[in-house]
Amino acid sequence: MLEKALRGGRYYWTLIGFLSLAMFVGLLAYLFQMREGLTVTGLSRDVPWGFYIAQFTFLVGVAASAVMVVLPYYLHNHKSFGRLTVLGEFLAIAACGMCMLFVFVDMGQPTRVLNVMLHPTFNSLMFWDFLVLSGYLLLNVVISQVTFGAERKGVPPPRWIKPVIVLSIPWAVSIHTVTAFLYSGLEARAFWMTAILAPRFLASAFASGPSLLIILCLIVRRFTNFDPGREAIRTLSQIVTYALLINVFFVSVELFTGLYRRIHEHVEHFEYLFFGLEGKQALVPWMWTSQLFVLAALIVLLIPKLRKNDTILFVTCFAVVIAIWIEKGLGMVITGFIPSPLGRLTEYAPTPPELLISLGIYAFGALVLTVLYKIATSIREEIELG
Amino acid sequence: MMYDGSKILLGLVIFLIAVTFPFWFSWVNEKSGFVPEPKLPEGEESCVESAEYMKALHMDLLNQWRNAVVRDGRRVYVSSSGNRYEISLTGTCLGCHSNKAEFCDQCHDYVGANPFCWDCHVDTSVSRGEGK
Amino acid sequence: MDESKRGFLKIAGCSVLGVLGAAGMRTATDVGPGGKAVESSTTLSGKKWGMVVDSQRCLENEGCTACIEACHSTHNVPNIADPKEEVKWVWKESYEHTFPTQSHEYTKASLKEKPVLVLCNHCEDPPCVRVCPTQATWKREEDGLVMMDQHRCIGCRYCMVACPYGSRSFNWQDPRNALQGGINPEYPTRTKGVVEKCNFCAERLAKGQEPACVEACRKSAGAGALLFGDLEDPESEVSKLLSEKFSIQRKPGLGTKPQVYYLV
Repeated sequence: MLEKALRGGRYYWTLIGFLSLAMFVGLLAYLFQMREGLTVTGLSRDVPWGFYIAQFTFLVGVAASAVMVVLPYYLHNHKSFGRLTVLGEFLAIAACGMCMLFVFVDMGQPTRVLNVMLHPTFNSLMFWDFLVLSGYLLLNVVISQVTFGAERKGVPPPRWIKPVIVLSIPWAVSIHTVTAFLYSGLEARAFWMTAILAPRFLASAFASGPSLLIILCLIVRRFTNFDPGREAIRTLSQIVTYALLINVFFVSVELFTGLYRRIHEHVEHFEYLFFGLEGKQALVPWMWTSQLFVLAALIVLLIPKLRKNDTILFVTCFAVVIAIWIEKGLGMVITGFIPSPLGRLTEYAPTPPELLISLGIYAFGALVLTVLYKIATSIREEIELG
Repeated sequence: MMYDGSKILLGLVIFLIAVTFPFWFSWVNEKSGFVPEPKLPEGEESCVESAEYMKALHMDLLNQWRNAVVRDGRRVYVSSSGNRYEISLTGTCLGCHSNKAEFCDQCHDYVGANPFCWDCHVDTSVSRGEGK
Repeated sequence: MDESKRGFLKIAGCSVLGVLGAAGMRTATDVGPGGKAVESSTTLSGKKWGMVVDSQRCLENEGCTACIEACHSTHNVPNIADPKEEVKWVWKESYEHTFPTQSHEYTKASLKEKPVLVLCNHCEDPPCVRVCPTQATWKREEDGLVMMDQHRCIGCRYCMVACPYGSRSFNWQDPRNALQGGINPEYPTRTKGVVEKCNFCAERLAKGQEPACVEACRKSAGAGALLFGDLEDPESEVSKLLSEKFSIQRKPGLGTKPQVYYLV
């Protein structure tokens, strides 16, 4: 199949070249971080996790959201998703790869990272996260390879793949649940210590992931002869609407629990997030932007006429992705550390090396995605032309 | 099917040159024939175990020592001949092999081994001003 | 994909798993070619080491830093100026930040600002141990010390995120750059990219010595503000003090059961 990725037009090769360049820059930045240590990041003793781990958290959600196309298609026989599932699975593969890289670059001793497998520790959620994430990657590689390969040959997929696909559904839920447990099981951090964190993660993932998939479908339709189908995109946008509504509901449930009773330890984090504490308010403009985007997106999505306009839908999905990215990729992780358990207000902002490394990883993900989508669309065109 | 005989041959030649690089490089290089000569401490009869064992497997012993001290709190080594030693890289090993540059580094540099022991453990010969 | 390629990939995949499995199975038996590692006969033994900080007595000599200096020079703790990258094993924190649940709006303003000595609490139920993915930090069952294996630490900092007391430090940079004052050859330094913290002087206990901070305190003007001993032994100095006087722990509500107690 890979040979399909070696033949492409000018746009394709320009994109590949551009992404490779970004990856190379990221690699150089990482070598610099390797030599100097994590001192080149904006992290500190009070904020030991930042941009990398936040991106990881956001992308686990994107990976998990493939279940939103797999589940309707395989369990409910939702025919219109037939052309879409492989795009969803490929997105999950790219997202899983990025997740692993983001965790890897965050390690102080990257050469020892296999100690996690050498000394398996069942009481550590990080061990489980490592396990479920690699399992999920493997599942998606196998499923997409087998089902798409069969489709290409014009034969039904082998029967053994069905139980594997069914397994991938709860597995997708598990990766984001375990990632939430990574945070919510810590008595030291009141901000995360809430039972709603895992459901919140899933809701926001099922809003942002399918939004990203809609964006990708619209791009694919614009630049190739492959059309994922109007009906499929409609259904996806409904999924985004529901998930976003549920997410807003979950956030308000959480705000009520913390704010109505004004539990000091809980409230001060939210105060920092939305209003700032003692003049420190690095995240405030971001969070209000995020809230504004969610509100605007909800209005558009709830009006069927607007939702059905592809251009408006494209922009709206963009707003959803950015809003959730801010909520999870900036607000959620960093705010848990401010103030610190010793009451210190140390702020955090990523540094240029940190951003370049992250850019490199996103470029890697985009490259994987581009190659996989190139293969998918070429073969689909081939099948459809007969 | 294409037959790019010349391209394949060229590829093979480049591959062979690359694979044999260590051999012809050290052959061309003036330092060929260099043999490491780790300097043994004077006035010491024997190491904690036989010289043959230490030459071949000192790294295994050091790893086991490390685990014994750090993980199990067992800080004394009773050798196969019954002698007792404090398990300590800087204290016991460097206690006799007092010059790391003339002992450890000799072979390590030669074979390109780069153990990270000294990132943390203190090389006392440097602090005494004898090392490199 | 043709059959032979598929077969090759299968075999390769199984081999990788097999090798990983075998590496995990290897267990340590005897050490070296027939030798063995044993415990030192000088080891101070205790079932549950604990510390008592007499904060009143400590305050009588507010400027005293004998314990901090002794600990940090013994263990080659680097002196990094940037508070974001500081490495600390034992240090002074304000009363208000040390005991947030025991301070309120009418707490004497002067007391709120007063420094209290803080260090790793060697919790009975340590959150850092619970989260560590490699057992690089673990609880020593025989005496209750929360240990740290710098060789195994992958530098993920999950333990720092989990510690409710801020007792752990990460080496953001090579600590040797900040050790120009001299290195104690008796104790290793750390390398960049690993987490470190107070070890209740496990290496000194093995030689029959009390922790460096306690020894330094005993010799200083504030003599006796720091006490160390076996909490399971009713005759020990620390057990007697705790049974006679009123003492508190840091954030007891979290259920971590700190083994550092404060007389206030």
